[in-house]
Amino acid sequence: MRSLKVSIQSEDFNIEEECLALRKGHKDIGALATFTGLVRELDSEIGDAKVSALFLEHYPGMTEKSLEEIAASADQRWPLLDVLIIHRIGELKAADQIVFVAVSSQHREAAFAACNYIMDFLKTSAPFWKKSRTADGEHWVEAKQSDVKATEKWAEDQQKR
Amino acid sequence: MVSVHYFASIREKLALSAEQLELPLHVTTVSALVDYLVERHGAAWAEVLSKASVLVAVNQSVANYSAEIKDGDEIAFFPPVTGG
Repeated sequence: MRSLKVSIQSEDFNIEEECLALRKGHKDIGALATFTGLVRELDSEIGDAKVSALFLEHYPGMTEKSLEEIAASADQRWPLLDVLIIHRIGELKAADQIVFVAVSSQHREAAFAACNYIMDFLKTSAPFWKKSRTADGEHWVEAKQSDVKATEKWAEDQQKR
Repeated sequence: MVSVHYFASIREKLALSAEQLELPLHVTTVSALVDYLVERHGAAWAEVLSKASVLVAVNQSVANYSAEIKDGDEIAFFPPVTGG
């Protein structure tokens, strides 16, 4: 991995600017895969109530460390060039951007896979917590078993290699 | 002296985000720390901190209740993570 940038921030981010900054000065990037996570207004797991706000809490220090470890682990599996992980904290509204992951590589297979891998582990091991506000009040979002399942496929994938 | 941090729903239930503690000599594991915290703060803490779903980190690395702790460590208790 040539470069790694992890940013935990309350401010919004501009996808185009982030991608241009990541590519700047490099002519060896053949693939740039990105993922953007947004605040959904309706969450079937909470019920029919619309989410009016989402509060993101993190563990300063450990969260950054955890994201760096996830990126390093992805770098062990695929030949990566640059990795950028941005995660917002604080109060967010429906349709706001929460998370952004960008991975560059020479070829698309590594970029796509690493981007997916980083998100899967971000969701299950990086210390962030969400609380949602609806007309019914405020609720801590429950961790999902399906997210844990998503990380298991990488262990199976590793055994096949 | 150790620093103990509480996050998210755990912080709310305990009504405390962090504290600095001088540990008695016999408190050398996370599990013993939990017993000490319950002794110090009351039985309501036992219910919050003894749930199987509670996660613990020692010096910002995921650990478990049998992990050893020593003077100067940072210990954190939190629920399963829900970022992204």
